[in-house]
Amino acid sequence: MNHDTYADAYIKGILDEVKTVAMVGASANNVRPSYFVLKYLLSKGYEVWPINPGQAGKEILGQKVYASLDELPAVPDMIDIFRNSEAAGAIVDEVIASGKLPKVIWMQLTVRHDEAAARAEAAGIKMVMDRCPKIEYGRLSGEIGWAGVNSRTLSSKRPALKSGFQHRGLSGKKES
Amino acid sequence: MSENIPGFSTLAIHAGAAPDPSTGARATPIYQTTSFVFDDVDHAASLFGLQAFGNIYTRITNPTTAVLEERVAALEGGTAALATASGHSAQLLCFHSLMQPGDNIVAANKLYGGSINQLKHSFKSFGWGVKWADPADMSSFEAAIDDSTRAIFIESLANPGGIVVDIEAIAKIAKAKGVPLVVDNTMATPYLCRPIEHGADIVLHSLTKFMGGHGNSMGGIIVDGGSFDWSASGNYPLLSQPRPEYQGIVLHETFGNFAFAIACRVLGLRDLGPAISPFNAFMILTGIETLPLRMQRHSDNAKKVALHLAAHDKVKWVSYAALPEDKHHDLQQKYMPKGAGAVFTFGVEGGYDAGVALVSKVELFSHLANIGDTRSLIIHPASTTHRQLSDEQKTAAGAGPDVVRISVGLEDVDDIIADLDQALAG
Repeated sequence: MNHDTYADAYIKGILDEVKTVAMVGASANNVRPSYFVLKYLLSKGYEVWPINPGQAGKEILGQKVYASLDELPAVPDMIDIFRNSEAAGAIVDEVIASGKLPKVIWMQLTVRHDEAAARAEAAGIKMVMDRCPKIEYGRLSGEIGWAGVNSRTLSSKRPALKSGFQHRGLSGKKES
Repeated sequence: MSENIPGFSTLAIHAGAAPDPSTGARATPIYQTTSFVFDDVDHAASLFGLQAFGNIYTRITNPTTAVLEERVAALEGGTAALATASGHSAQLLCFHSLMQPGDNIVAANKLYGGSINQLKHSFKSFGWGVKWADPADMSSFEAAIDDSTRAIFIESLANPGGIVVDIEAIAKIAKAKGVPLVVDNTMATPYLCRPIEHGADIVLHSLTKFMGGHGNSMGGIIVDGGSFDWSASGNYPLLSQPRPEYQGIVLHETFGNFAFAIACRVLGLRDLGPAISPFNAFMILTGIETLPLRMQRHSDNAKKVALHLAAHDKVKWVSYAALPEDKHHDLQQKYMPKGAGAVFTFGVEGGYDAGVALVSKVELFSHLANIGDTRSLIIHPASTTHRQLSDEQKTAAGAGPDVVRISVGLEDVDDIIADLDQALAG
C-alpha cells in the first residue's frame, strides 16, 4: 500500500484493535520522545512492553523492560520501533523470520523502510511508517487541538471522554 | 492527508470546533478561566513536562483559543498555530524563536509602518538586526542575506500600497539559503492567498483586521507551515538543541513538523506572556465563520470603488492591484485571483489640503487608523500616521501629501461611492 499518506480510518482501526504494544528502543530518560510515547500509551490503557537491552530487567514507568522481542511474555499486537530506518528494516525481517507475527508494525517519525514494509505486508502484517502513535491518537481524539495543532479532522459529534478532566478517547468507541 | 479535504468555507466554520464534550454546546464556549484543575500529581507533572496534551494556565493554552488556533492553521494549510494578544506580539514571538543576539532579519521595505518600527527600533534592543530588501527586485533579497540571517520577512499584500509580492520567487531564494520565509498575510487573509502553498514556512496575521473582521477585538497568530528543517543547521538552537527550560528536551525531534508552533508557545508565550483573552478568541472565531463571504464582498466593493475613483476628475491616480492597468495586476492574478482585498491608496487633486478636506467631509467613512472592519475607513497618512516625517520621507514611504488610504467596508457600494463623491465635490 501507499505509505506517503494514511486514511484516518486505517490509523484509527489500528489504535482501536491493538491492546499490547512492544516498544523497541524505549528510553528511561524522561525527556526522550520514546519515554513520552510510552507514558502516553499507558495513560490511554494500552499494555506496553519496553524493549531496551541496556535497561533489561529494570522498570520504566513501572513496566518490566525486556532485552529483545524474543523474551516477551506473548506475541504483541503491535511493535512500535524507535530506531533508525536501516535498523527498523532489519527488525522487520527478524520478526518475519521468527514466525511470531504481530498484527501491526509501526515505525516512528522519520523512520521508514519501504522494502521491509512490503515484505511485512506480504506476511499479513499492517504497516505504519514515519508516524507517531501519540500524535495520531491525540489527533483522532481531538486532544492535540489543545496545543493549537491542526488535527485535520472535522466532527459534529461529541468527543469521547475518558477518566479525568483532560483525557479524551477515540470517538465512536465506548470508554470507561 | 489522504481523505477528502473539506472546502475553505467548511473549514472556516468547522475546523477545530467539535461540540463541547461536557455540555454539548455547539458554539465554542468562552472558557473565561485563568487555570485548569489537574487530575492528580502525575497528570500535572506530565503537563508541565510537555508529555501530555492539556491545559494548565490560560497564558499558555486555553480551549477557546485552541479552537481559533486550529481553525487558522487549517485555513492556511499549516500544521499548527499559536494565537497571541495582537499581530505585533505574534511577530515578537515568531522572531524570538528564530533569533539570537547578533542575528538579522532580511525584510521587505514595503511593510506596515508599525512593523517597520518594530523591526528597525524595538528589535535593536534584543540585538536583532534588520536588513531591508525591495520586493520589486529579487536580487536585493539575495544580496542582503548573510551568514547571520535567520529569517526573511515579507507581506503577501503590502500595506498600504496595494503591492502584491512574488512569494514563490522569494521562497526559492529562502530555500536555497536555508532560511525560513515568514509571510504576514493580514491584508489578503487565507481566503484570497495561502502563502504556504507558495513556499512560505511561517505565516503571521494580525487577526484584528479581516480575520476578526468587525473592528472589535485585538489578536494575532503564528501559523507553522511544517516545512522547515530546524535541525539541518545549528542556527535555530531553540528548536534543535536540548532546552534547559524543560530538562533537556529537544523540541524539533519531539514535536516534528509542528515544533515551531510549540517552541513559540512553550518558550515564547510562556516566558514573554502576550496571551490573547479567551473572549477575544471567541469574537475572532465568530468573525472567521463568515470570512469567505466578507472577503469576497470587501474585494468586490473595493474594485468598484477603485474603478469609480480612477475615472474621477478630482483623483490623480489609484493604486489597486485588481485594476487591469496596475503594475501589480499580473501578480494579483497569480497569487490572489479572487480579489485584491479591501485596502488601497489614491491621490487627490489639490495635495495636502485636499486630503485633509476629504477626511473631514466624509459622513459614512470613519476617519481612523485601522483596516479590516465591516465599516468603510479612511485616513490621510501625511496629516496623521506619517505626520512627523519630512516631505521627502513621506513620499518615500508612500505617504505623500496627496495620498489617501481607504479600507472599503461591507456597506452598499453605491452608498460608499456617494459618500466619497460628496466629500470630493468640496
